[in-house]
Order: sequence, then C-alpha cells, then structure tokens
Amino acid sequence: MSTVLGIPVPVILGQLTLGLVNGSFYALLSLGLAVIFGLMGVVNFAHGAFYTLGAFAALLGLQYLGINYWLALLIAPLAVGLLGVLVERLLLRHLYGLDPLYGLLLTFGLALIVEGSLHQVFGASGQSYPVPEALAGAVNLHFMFLPLYRAWVILASVVVCFSTWFVIERTRLGATLRAATENAPLLQAFGVNVPLLVALTYGGGVALAALAGVLASPVVLVNSHMGNELVIVVFAVVVIGGMGSILGSIVSGLVLGLIEGLTKVVYPEASNIVVFVIMALVLILRPAGLFGRE
Amino acid sequence: MSAQALRVTDLHAYYGESHVLHGVSCHIERGEVVTLLGRNGAGRTTTLRALLGLVSRRSGSVLVNGAEAIDLPTHRIARLGIGYCPEERGIYASLSAEENLLLPPPVAPGGLALEEIYDLFPNLRERRTSRGTHLSGGEQQMLALARILRTGARLLLLDEISEGLAPVIVQALAHTIRRLRERGYTIVMAEQNFRFAAPLADRFYIMERGRIVAAFAASELGAKMPVLHEFLGI
Repeated sequence: MSTVLGIPVPVILGQLTLGLVNGSFYALLSLGLAVIFGLMGVVNFAHGAFYTLGAFAALLGLQYLGINYWLALLIAPLAVGLLGVLVERLLLRHLYGLDPLYGLLLTFGLALIVEGSLHQVFGASGQSYPVPEALAGAVNLHFMFLPLYRAWVILASVVVCFSTWFVIERTRLGATLRAATENAPLLQAFGVNVPLLVALTYGGGVALAALAGVLASPVVLVNSHMGNELVIVVFAVVVIGGMGSILGSIVSGLVLGLIEGLTKVVYPEASNIVVFVIMALVLILRPAGLFGRE
Repeated sequence: MSAQALRVTDLHAYYGESHVLHGVSCHIERGEVVTLLGRNGAGRTTTLRALLGLVSRRSGSVLVNGAEAIDLPTHRIARLGIGYCPEERGIYASLSAEENLLLPPPVAPGGLALEEIYDLFPNLRERRTSRGTHLSGGEQQMLALARILRTGARLLLLDEISEGLAPVIVQALAHTIRRLRERGYTIVMAEQNFRFAAPLADRFYIMERGRIVAAFAASELGAKMPVLHEFLGI
C-alpha cells in the first residue's frame, strides 16, 4: 500500500473527503454570515440557532406532518427564513446606526432563547433523522466507501454556495445588493425599497443556515445545542475568509474543512483547534482576512 | 397633474440635533431649470437631500408633482418621479459602469433606452465594463447623470455637477443640460459655480444659513448683480 510520510494514502484521502463534508457545512453557514454582515454590518450570533431550527423543522415536519426530506429541504429554509424576516423587522432594525455590538448582543440573546426553549421542550438527548431512501447506501471510491448521503451534502452545498455567489456577483439583483452594501441611502434615493431588501437579505442568509441544518439532520443528532459548537468554528472561518467576502467565505469554508481532515490524519490531537490557530495567524498577518479588502 | 413639478413650503431639516434648514420655501414649474446658489455650507446640498428625506428629520411640506412627500420614506419619494445626482457622484466601486447605469429602477415611463444613453454619452459605451470608480472624474459625472435619465424621472436634482471638473468637461455638461431642458426635463441644480449655472437657469434662488434669502429670474440677472456680490462674493 502506498504511503505519504508513513501514512497510508487511502487514510489521507478518506479524511480529506470527510473534511470536505464538514467544509460543506462551514461554507453554507459562513456564506450566510458573510452576506448578512456585508449588507447589514450585523454579526449574526443567532446563526447557529437558525441552523438548529432548520434541523428541528425538518424533524418535526417529518414526525407530525409527514413532510418528506426533499420537501423539507425547501420548506424548512422558507419557514426559518420568514422567521428571520420577522426578527429583522421587529428587532434588528431598531439597532441600525448604533454600535455593531448591540446587534451582536441581540442575536446572541436570541440564540440563547431559541436554544433554551428547544432544550426545555425536547430535552437534551438528540433524535436522528432517517437518511432518505434514494440516498441510502455508499459509493466505492476505492480508497473508501463514501456514504451516498455525504456525497450529496458536498454536492448540494457546492451548488447552493456557487449559485448564491453567481446571483450576487453576476446578476442585476446582485448588483443592487452590492450597491446597498456600499451606499444604501443613495440606493434608496433611486427608489429602491432598501428596508425590504435588508429584511429579505437577512431572511435569505438565515435560510441558508436552515438549509445547512436540514442537510445535517441525517448525519448528526438533532438537538438544541447542535448549532453551538459548529457556529464557533464558522465564525473563525468567516474571520479567516474576510468578514463580508462572499467568495472568501465559501472557499475558506471548504478549504478549512479539508485542512481539519488532514490534521486528523497527521496530528489528531490538533484537529479541534487547527481552525483557530489559522484564525490567529490570519488575524496577525492579514487582519482583513484572506479575501477581505484591506 | 399639477403644473408645478415641485412646491416646497416651510421646509425645516435636521441632522441629528442640529437644525440645518430653517423654513425653506420655493417652487419649480414643469420644464424649468432652477439653480440654488450660495456659499459653502449655505444649505444647497442639504435642501436637495431634505427633498428626498435624506436627513435625520424634516418638517414642512414638499409637493412633488402635486403629491405630498413629507411623510414618505425616501424610496417612495423617488418614485414620484425624481432623479438624484448626489454631490459626491455616488458611483458604486463594486459595480461596473454598466451595472451603475442599470442600477436605479424605473420610476416613471418614458426613460431613455440604454442605446439612447450611449448615443448621448459615447464615452460610457467604451467604458461599460470598467469598474465605476475606474472612470475619470468627467466620465463618472456623465455616468451619474446618465443613470437617472434611464429611470423616466422628469424632475432631476443635480448637486454640484460641475465641481472639480476640467473646463472642457464642464462645457460638455452645460451642453447636456441644455439638451435635457429642450427635452422638457425639470431641473434643480445646486451650484457653487455661478459661471456654469448663470447661462443655463431660468431662475435662481440664493441661500444663506439654511434659508432662501433672494429669488430672481434670469432676465433680472444684470440688475441683481449687487445681491450676488453680497451673498456669493462674485
């Protein structure tokens, strides 16, 4: 069997593939954070809570309403996105123009409320969501058997991330969003309903988190604190990519997943902290992030 | 529809706590070109911004084409048929020249088609794929003007469009304003450059400390030169 530095190549490839699965979640979540931060300047600490809500929406939808996985992929993000629009309209909008710290504190509080309520109602132990039939089984990659569902997660995430990037960077709607990020009052003076645009953008970013939650529900335990650990890593990813950078958030999400996977092979003890070590280095060497504008 | 494009009555405006406009009243007939003159800080730019609600707070009355706009949000005011060209030009750096051009949504029927705009401003056609802020100052000013002609707005608020531009560009701008006037646009210009504004405007308002202190028609210009001296130092 061929080896690199004494480690069998199939092991390396296997961990890289699993790293890419994690990276897919990082990318989806950090993308939403970047879009929200870019337009609104809000550091959305409730992002993990919306991810959790997406997973719960899928789970409860299945248990009580018989909504299947494929429908849940559509409905859960829509429902959570709508909730996001309400949060923006009723709460966040009062904080614009104040120190960004207020938005951070508000969303952090929201996250605690959502998490605590879910914990109260559903308890601490998680439930699992069944893998949809069409995605059961595994593909033989020769170096590993990759569960079909995990391959689907990578595919879905990459398609959604790059579609979002395309919309923002290459369409008229995206041009309007970029303009709002740069100078919103002038855009409104041109007749664009900027408050609505902001609300929908927050809803959209939050819907991405919920989509990640639905995608994750068959591979993790769905419980009240599932978003917790993930969102801390995702914030590190956003800092590394550069706050507000769309492409930066996608690429850093995927690449950091890979790096984490590789670390698991080379020095497993460090795999939980490698992202934060990179974040520290980036903050020292290039504070605006790898893709951010200085 | 009302014959007046704009009627402003007792307009007060505030930036935060500071009271910056003190009861401005003026009116613009349809098809007129009117210039707000005044020294730096007299309130010309603020008046244009206040018309669009781009101040912290305002009171009084602003009738746009006969419709009361004082309590409307900024985007609804724009949709009454106003095109705004801000002092700093407001070209978006993250958008290409053409994206800048296509950015403002239509606010009324009858806006110029993209091809008509490129015929009017041939430079913009050549620079369409360049980033907005990579254009020269003159080109950026043309772009800022061109993009509101696409929207069908017939009332144009132009803030210091001649500022910081080479004389040859200023002449081209003057030519453009004349053509717009021939096409029946109603234009309100805030200008510090009296030489640029004088031959273009039908009427003048002179501002001082957030108030209108004098108003006269182009035909009275000769007789009013002492007033201009007093308030503008020209």
